[in-house]
Amino acid sequence: MIGTVTPASKMAEGVPAVVSSRFGVPDGHTLAGYTSSGSYKGYEAIRQVLEMSPAQVGSVVKDATVLGRGGAGFPAGVKWGFCPPGVWPRYIVVNGDESEPGTYKDRLLMERDPHQLIEGCLIAAYAIGAAQVFLYARGEMPHAQERLAAALNEAYAAGLIGKNILGTDFSVDIVLHWGAGAYIVGEETALIESLEGNRGMPRLKPPFFPAAKGLYMAPTIVNNVETLANLPWLFNHGVEKYRSVGTEASPGTRLIALSGHVNNPGIFEIPQGTTTFRELFESEIYGNGIRTGHELKMFIPGGASAPWFFPEQIDLPLEGRLIGGQGSMLGSGAVVVMDETTDAVRAALRLVRFFARESCGKCTPCREGTTWEEKILQRILDGHGRPSDIDLLLDVADNISPGPYPVAADPGNDLEAIPFPPRQTTICPLGPSSVAPITSAIRRFRHEFEAKIVQRDLISVSSEPFTDLPEQSSLAHGAVGHV
Amino acid sequence: MSRFSTANLRLAQEIIRRYPVAKSATIPLCHLAQEQDGYLADDSMAQIAELVGCSSAEVLGTASFYEMFKMHSVGKFCLGVCTNISCQLLGGEELLEHAEQTLGIRPGGTTTDGLFTLEDVECIAACTEAPAVQVNYRYFHRLTPQDLDQLIEELRSGALDDVVPAHGTLGKVRQDLGEDRIANITPPEDQTEPVWLRRHRELAEAAAAADAATPSTAGKES
Ligand SMILES: Cc1cc2nc3c(=O)[nH]c(=O)nc-3n(C[C@H](O)[C@H](O)[C@H](O)COP(=O)(O)O)c2cc1C
Ligand code: SF4
Ligand code: FES
Repeated sequence: MIGTVTPASKMAEGVPAVVSSRFGVPDGHTLAGYTSSGSYKGYEAIRQVLEMSPAQVGSVVKDATVLGRGGAGFPAGVKWGFCPPGVWPRYIVVNGDESEPGTYKDRLLMERDPHQLIEGCLIAAYAIGAAQVFLYARGEMPHAQERLAAALNEAYAAGLIGKNILGTDFSVDIVLHWGAGAYIVGEETALIESLEGNRGMPRLKPPFFPAAKGLYMAPTIVNNVETLANLPWLFNHGVEKYRSVGTEASPGTRLIALSGHVNNPGIFEIPQGTTTFRELFESEIYGNGIRTGHELKMFIPGGASAPWFFPEQIDLPLEGRLIGGQGSMLGSGAVVVMDETTDAVRAALRLVRFFARESCGKCTPCREGTTWEEKILQRILDGHGRPSDIDLLLDVADNISPGPYPVAADPGNDLEAIPFPPRQTTICPLGPSSVAPITSAIRRFRHEFEAKIVQRDLISVSSEPFTDLPEQSSLAHGAVGHV
Repeated sequence: MSRFSTANLRLAQEIIRRYPVAKSATIPLCHLAQEQDGYLADDSMAQIAELVGCSSAEVLGTASFYEMFKMHSVGKFCLGVCTNISCQLLGGEELLEHAEQTLGIRPGGTTTDGLFTLEDVECIAACTEAPAVQVNYRYFHRLTPQDLDQLIEELRSGALDDVVPAHGTLGKVRQDLGEDRIANITPPEDQTEPVWLRRHRELAEAAAAADAATPSTAGKES
């Protein structure tokens, strides 16, 4: 059938497939497949875990330094320890709302290896003493939902979930929940609001840190799908093996979705911290080079919210701290490559438009600011930009995520000084994220903005009245209302 | 009219039992109503409100936040073309424009035969397979404008009815969580320390006490 391409997924020699070992196994999503294929035997880890004390299980995860794969990169074992002692119940909410532009890994983990995720949930539930686990899958992923539902049904029938798991006193329910389309619901406090049946609007932190006051105001651990999917391998192979891949600060592997202008886009499980962007783009087993005949212009190292990188950063390894040191983030492992054919203004507009559409509207700087950023970029792209628009964009940005930003009046103040991680005048980081594409594009490609603005001057010289705008170019849909 | 059928009402009640607090079932129940009717009708929201114990305005408030809920009937096929960054780079916007021309509608519009609703969607997590399209949330990857025309033709002819269920239907497999399976779903205020945690805590406390005190008292506690 048309349009049913299987994504590429290969790994370098010697790298263990920690989470992706069943991606290519036709029945890897079934219980039989899970226990008979892949890089470890399914549901062995939970048997071992049940012989340990919950505290020991927590220590293993802490010692392994399993960093969160959802964006912030916070160590899971440490987060689990934040649940206040003696406060019951505790809940686990699995964040499967994957919607950060460029990110494509959690969907595969849910579709191709749902039992791996379920076993990860059981390990976490045993360790923290969860009353219940909610598996929140993104609404627009019905195939993932049905694979998870089928896997849960099989696991319940096999006595692996529910009452007295494997004949012990460990009992927990895992409930599949599904969303209905809203990027912001991926933010952990919005995820909780949504799971409570409300509009997905983030809560203010403090006091609403989920580990203290989460679902139903009870201590709640929110973990990303990939984070939990790491646990079965970890308990099968041990901390030492886990830490032997990657670097000291970032052990283990990461699933990276490499998209955009490369010859071989795909999802690759790479060792954290040792592979460089150059290898990722150029190696035959990964990207196999920038689109033939073209050259790299810029790339996004970690999803739409991450500031852009340029060719001089290509030798940086994919490691959270190193990327952070250069003013961006590895985020959700979404690497988007753009070659010299890419219009920086058009790319920035598309990203900003995403944030404007997905703002939950709770805080004024984000709700109003992202809308204005989109309008201004749209008019620049359409050839109606005003000479003051670049400063205006940076001024709006400054209201959402305080600068310092360079303005025309103060050319000495360089864009290199833009603070990262961004400061915020908002409740959550969505608003400030909208600033990243703008400052990234202006920092490097100011001349592209200016060229488009000069174009506007030519249009007005040709005596077209300013109010009588030609019909919007349909290539760049403006703030078209969406159903 | 647009209220749950008897079978769906039973299903709705089963879904509510999975949550310690009934209101958490709001979104799944809205999906169930949309699966039944193709869209989310006012009286469905009123019924959901009764079932989960809130006002119908609250259900509307929640439902209207989420893009997947349609408050009016839409085409049999919702065709969403991703135009976000990875897809934009490989022709997503041009593909959307092509779809507009083929179908004769703008994003948000529905064809007069009621078959297609076109949407300009945000990233659908298929970025390595750009440009990507969803029809009723089922994926189609790496489409050229010609592929898209062929896809539209096949959908129109019914050739893909097995692959693409009618709008509103999501997962075709449901979690089966009958009352006999549930281990421990009670309101948060009725929950106490889980037994396995208590057992291990008491073991650890007994061991610590044994270290500090005489062997006989430690023996009693275990
Ligand atoms: C705007 C926004 C969107 C987010 N979207 C997601 C998401 O789709 N999936 C995810 O796992 N985490 C997402 N996060 C991060 C979560 O808030 C949270 O940090 C994460 O789920 C924690 O899991 P981890 O510690 O295992 O990474 C998002 C954060 C923000 C601010
Ligand atoms: S920053 Fe934006 S998305 Fe986040 S809470 Fe405020 S308005 Fe909502
Ligand atoms: S950007 Fe189109 S699927 Fe992610």
